Amino acid sequence: MADQMVSSRSGIGSHKTSPSWIPTFLFVGVMLALPVVAPRYWIYFAGLLGINIIATHGLNIMMGFTGLLSLGHAAFVGVGAYTVALAQIHLGLPFWIAIPLAGVSAALIGVFFGLPSLRIRGLYLVIATLAAQFILNFIFVHWQSVTNGDVGLTVQPATVFGFPLNTETRVYYLILGVVVFMTWFGANVIRSRVGRAFIAIRERDLTAQVLGIEMVRYKLIAFALGSFYAGIAGGLLAYFNQFVNPEQFGILLSVFFLSAVIVGGMGSTLGAILGAAFMTVVPEILREGALLGGSAVGFDMSTILTPLRETVFGLLMVTFLILEPRGLARLWTRASKDSRSA
Amino acid sequence: MLSVKDIQLSFGGVKALSGVSVHAAAGKITSVIGPNGAGKTSLFNVISGFYAPQSGRVILDGDDISALKPHARAYRGMARTFQNIALFHGMTVLDNVKLGAHTNLRSGVLSAGLRLPLTRREEHALDLQLQREIIGTLELDHVQHQPVEDLPYGLQKRVELARALVMRPKILLLDEPVAGMNRDEKREMSRFVTGVRNSWNTTVLLIEHDMSMVMEISDHVVVLSFGKPIASGTPDEVRSNPDVIKAYLGAVDEPAASAA
Amino acid sequence: MDALAQFAEYSIVGIAAGGIYALIALGIIVIFKSSRTFNFAMGEMMMLSAYFFYAAAVTFALGPVIGMIVALAGSVAIALLIERVAIRPMLGRPLIAVVMVTFGIGSIIRGIVGMIWGPNERPIPAILSRSPVLLGDIFIPGKTARALAIAVVIVVALLAYLRFSRAGVALRAAAADAITAYSMGINVRRIIAFTWVIAAITGCISGVLMANVNTLTPHLGVVALNVLAVVILGGMNSIGGVLIAGFIIGWLEAVTGLVAGTEFREITPYILVLLVLLVRPTGLFGTKEVERI
Repeated sequence: MADQMVSSRSGIGSHKTSPSWIPTFLFVGVMLALPVVAPRYWIYFAGLLGINIIATHGLNIMMGFTGLLSLGHAAFVGVGAYTVALAQIHLGLPFWIAIPLAGVSAALIGVFFGLPSLRIRGLYLVIATLAAQFILNFIFVHWQSVTNGDVGLTVQPATVFGFPLNTETRVYYLILGVVVFMTWFGANVIRSRVGRAFIAIRERDLTAQVLGIEMVRYKLIAFALGSFYAGIAGGLLAYFNQFVNPEQFGILLSVFFLSAVIVGGMGSTLGAILGAAFMTVVPEILREGALLGGSAVGFDMSTILTPLRETVFGLLMVTFLILEPRGLARLWTRASKDSRSA
Repeated sequence: MLSVKDIQLSFGGVKALSGVSVHAAAGKITSVIGPNGAGKTSLFNVISGFYAPQSGRVILDGDDISALKPHARAYRGMARTFQNIALFHGMTVLDNVKLGAHTNLRSGVLSAGLRLPLTRREEHALDLQLQREIIGTLELDHVQHQPVEDLPYGLQKRVELARALVMRPKILLLDEPVAGMNRDEKREMSRFVTGVRNSWNTTVLLIEHDMSMVMEISDHVVVLSFGKPIASGTPDEVRSNPDVIKAYLGAVDEPAASAA
Repeated sequence: MDALAQFAEYSIVGIAAGGIYALIALGIIVIFKSSRTFNFAMGEMMMLSAYFFYAAAVTFALGPVIGMIVALAGSVAIALLIERVAIRPMLGRPLIAVVMVTFGIGSIIRGIVGMIWGPNERPIPAILSRSPVLLGDIFIPGKTARALAIAVVIVVALLAYLRFSRAGVALRAAAADAITAYSMGINVRRIIAFTWVIAAITGCISGVLMANVNTLTPHLGVVALNVLAVVILGGMNSIGGVLIAGFIIGWLEAVTGLVAGTEFREITPYILVLLVLLVRPTGLFGTKEVERI
């Protein structure tokens, strides 16, 4: 049942299956060295990937570990982005205050929307998050005086002691640092008392209560934590793109993150990373493919990019849900097990 | 230790419990038996706090806990197992058992995420406690890192017991601890349950259908039929009570016969 | 007097829209009752039906009547396909997984429609007469009035069918207790497929009606999410409450548009959703389910 959705071998709690540190350090090392060897576009792409990973971690905590489905994750990312923009424009706050603030504001707004429905059946939460997605988007578009409507807000690059992070490489290092920290933080939460409580709620909420886990409280914590991650991702996105507008945070992005969690494998920290990576690559492949195909046929494919993405994201989501609910993480651990035994 | 006083419980028009009173003496094993539909699991659900009775009280270690929500009762030292095993899939045996310690630990999101000393100390102490007291005693060493859903039924039941014991409960509620087990497994489980009572002086309240086990390990037996208590006393007293025999007409597992 | 007349006119238009919402909501509730599946793709299915109608009636110049028949057939086919390929394999899986599948399907349909027909408006042959209906002193736009009439007729007919026909009784039996229904010879799988057919039909009719009253764009599917408020307000397992809830939501939406400005119209249903969840999640007519532990 629910166990089909979760990778049971990916570092939840017990020491034996903890993430082994050597490959992780190696990987981080490679990522640190990336800007030295890779072309500009790759660095840009890696920065975007980092942001997506953070947001996917957040959704994974809510959905994969605690079983709370959110169809409005993109809107909370948007809250984080707008928070950073507004904090810079109106308060002149530096990035190391603005970004945590983005996380906190997203968490608070997440709690506001989630609270009424966390007491009742899960389906109501799903609907509430969808309502949140549309209401927040509406606010982004129509609260002209604050958000500048469809035009959006410009964001100046983050500065470190007056040193502007205005190239791909510089922003990339900021993002890398945050990704590493947030991943570490999330993995720690999962293998502790709170993380175990999350999983217990997902699996059997009555039994969880019998063990002393107060349902509403822990669901709230999971939802707030997940939204916090979304806000951080949004904040970074604001500095990354150097502009913020409502179009960036529509339902397509929510579907994107849902697909990332599902494709990667729900309830797996590694899965969130793999899923985000996979999904970040997909639009690029689609775009290249569409342009290539279009030029071959003599047809302007740019108008169909967005609906094409919608179709492909949805297809990935549905296919993985039906066929491989444990996602890429499962395939990964299977492959690494096979190679070890070989 | 645990007193349930005069519980009246109805669902819509159905009367599940009519004036049920049970007393589980400290450090003793009390069994609740009765034919199917007698209301035993309903009684447990009232004790756990899932059902609010129309009248009656639940008193644990002198405190009236009738108004407490289920999770709060865990903090008062109440532990429970379930009829159809309620283990958490997607976690290892060890993680499942660790959940039993939830009420004893204090680490929150911040402390856990930053791996602060509080969390590190707690988790380490928990690991020690588990290895020393629980894993070995319940003979789960060889399976502790396996996912629970892969284990055979008997072992899963034992894991559930382990999880309930981690919090060093004041009262342990066991809902059909030997259901679906073969004879050897039943004997083992009986051994563990009596062991828990003997070594830790845990109060045990259990529901069972298996008469031989009940008669063998219980200090006190309460019989329910159609939501009403019809007898209570020592195993021998209850066994020879004519009302009890009548309630069970044809359904009883004769202890003498099954020993053969 | 002018303000009052305007208020009345807006109210009636709102109620008419509400009738269409009720029709869409019915499709969601019928599926939910029988299989606990909340079909988040309902809006997109509805929109697809409208585009089928357009394709048949305009692109292939078959006219509105044949167009409607083609649209109905196409919608039913798609619904059965979805049920067979995507929903049935998910039997026994946790509810949020099934919900995610429907959400994903919605995205797929949205994308396909966008790719084939593009984001621009398409003209739909008027199947509803435009001549306004006079109610005392008030002019009711003709299309709206007729759409409302059609919607109400269909909802009532459907309710009667579900109440009194054999299929309807079987559906309610399966909804109440699938296992018992199964043991009594009711083919629960077929019932579930049947509910998807009903949803396809109500979706198709409401889609065409809505495209007639508004315009045909890919945005139609999202507009239908207003229906969420109707479903919750009516109570998720109450087929009867749907009509009244639809009227209320439609009316509130129109009146809010009048009072606060048209841009707030689209957001009203979502705010209502949150309010209803806060105050009375089971809705007006839903029943609180007793959980057996």
